[in-house]
Amino acid sequence: MANVKRSPWLLHYDGSSCNGCDIEVLACLTPVYDAERLGVENTGDPMQADIFLITGGINEQNAPVVKQLYNQMPRPKVVVAVGTCACTGGVFKEAYNICGGADTAIPVDIYVPGCAARPQSIIDGIIKARDLFQKRSEEHDAKVKEEKKAGKHGSGSPAVSLQDAKEAAEEDGKEE
Amino acid sequence: MGKRSIVPFGPQHPVLPEPIHLDLEIEDERVIRAIPNIGFIHRGLEGLVEKKDWSTMVYVVERTCGICSFGHGMGYCEAVEHQMGVDIPVRAKYIRTILMEMSRMQSHFLWLGLLADGFGFEALFYQAWRIRERILDLLEMITGGRVIFSINKVGGVMKDITPEMQKTVLDEMNNIERELKEIEGTFLGDYTVQNRLKGQGVLTKEQALGLGCVGPFARASGIATDYRTLGYAAYSDLDFEPITSNQGDSWARCYVRLHEIYQSIDLIRQAFSKMPAETDLEVAVKGNPTGEYLMRIEQPRGEAIYYVKGSGKRNLDRFRLRTPTFANLAGLCETLKDAEYSDVGLLCITIDPCISCTER
Repeated sequence: MANVKRSPWLLHYDGSSCNGCDIEVLACLTPVYDAERLGVENTGDPMQADIFLITGGINEQNAPVVKQLYNQMPRPKVVVAVGTCACTGGVFKEAYNICGGADTAIPVDIYVPGCAARPQSIIDGIIKARDLFQKRSEEHDAKVKEEKKAGKHGSGSPAVSLQDAKEAAEEDGKEE
Repeated sequence: MGKRSIVPFGPQHPVLPEPIHLDLEIEDERVIRAIPNIGFIHRGLEGLVEKKDWSTMVYVVERTCGICSFGHGMGYCEAVEHQMGVDIPVRAKYIRTILMEMSRMQSHFLWLGLLADGFGFEALFYQAWRIRERILDLLEMITGGRVIFSINKVGGVMKDITPEMQKTVLDEMNNIERELKEIEGTFLGDYTVQNRLKGQGVLTKEQALGLGCVGPFARASGIATDYRTLGYAAYSDLDFEPITSNQGDSWARCYVRLHEIYQSIDLIRQAFSKMPAETDLEVAVKGNPTGEYLMRIEQPRGEAIYYVKGSGKRNLDRFRLRTPTFANLAGLCETLKDAEYSDVGLLCITIDPCISCTER
């Protein structure tokens, strides 16, 4: 634990899962498994979250919600797809309303398999995400420092989430 | 007379583990009307009958919802068994009943925890979930899974409960009963908790009947509806009475669910004492289903309906599933009327919403 410098906050959103993985994610945070002992904390606010746990696949209606949550999170951020549905679409892959896994909407860093994913594997995913987050924060800090030295303010400054959302909206507009 | 405005609630909200969107028409701090908007988890599960044959469809139906998964598998299997005229071994019926009651217990503990979290009592939330883990351990011991069990099949069950397992389950039931008694006083008698629950979100018996509410939500309004009394699985051999309350408020819903856990413990004990010692757990099923059947079972959240229709092919023609939360959403919108804005989250939880079930 001595190497952990930051305490990332978790955001959990249920894409279109069967609830099994959601309940297991919640079970991870309760005393028996207690993922919070690893230095993470559960939050309901995307603007304060660093790690995004997404369960379930993506459908037409929830894709904009997932993208919005992702864009509202400040940089740097890590996405963990929990459960087979979030990884590939799982048993519902062939269903008419499922586009696929979570990576059809947002970039995913860590895949946790299992139907439903067991708390042990979710905790494993959270540890990997925590380490990745730490690495990314260091890179981000170095970048900010460099830009400050060069007297620039802008893209590298500590990310303002609204700015991200605005950029994303512009990108979406271009696609259309 | 304040200004009316519309406030969106959800789909992502700290109090909700699952996404549901409500448009709340509010005047000052008071909710005038709530308009639900669902479809964030719609997967098109019923449509998968075209792609999966009737025996593998069990696994898909089980994944309708991770909390009531056992009940969904059982409901589908019983529907197809009735359709094909299959009579399953008595021991399999008892095993289904026992596992169903254990699922109900874990679901109600989960709800008690979420309720405690809803009114901001974190220690109580952790207590309820700590006890819930003991039931999950038992389920894992018997079936091998924590939330998705996959031990139902058309024609019986795949795994047996051995005498050692039976002893462990019965011992644990005593422990769970004792631990539940410890937290019961806080849930039902604590001054602060009562202030948050008593008189909140009242739904009268007439309203509940008119809106077609089901399950513990309807029972808390004084309607003695419990589809276990229909006698599917082994329920016809067991002795129980639906638990009701006449107050119809949030506290009554807590009371009903909490006492249903005691009822489930009692049913499990009864089932173990009456379970025959056969070795057969399943019968061979030949042919393909024809005709149609409508099966009703009592899920932890209320009545669920499984409709199957086949015409002698490997794939069913139609599968329809109506889940309890769908029936209760109308009741939720009624309870939200005239509520304080800050109580909306808690009132949403009191119907025990299972959005995955609702949207399938």
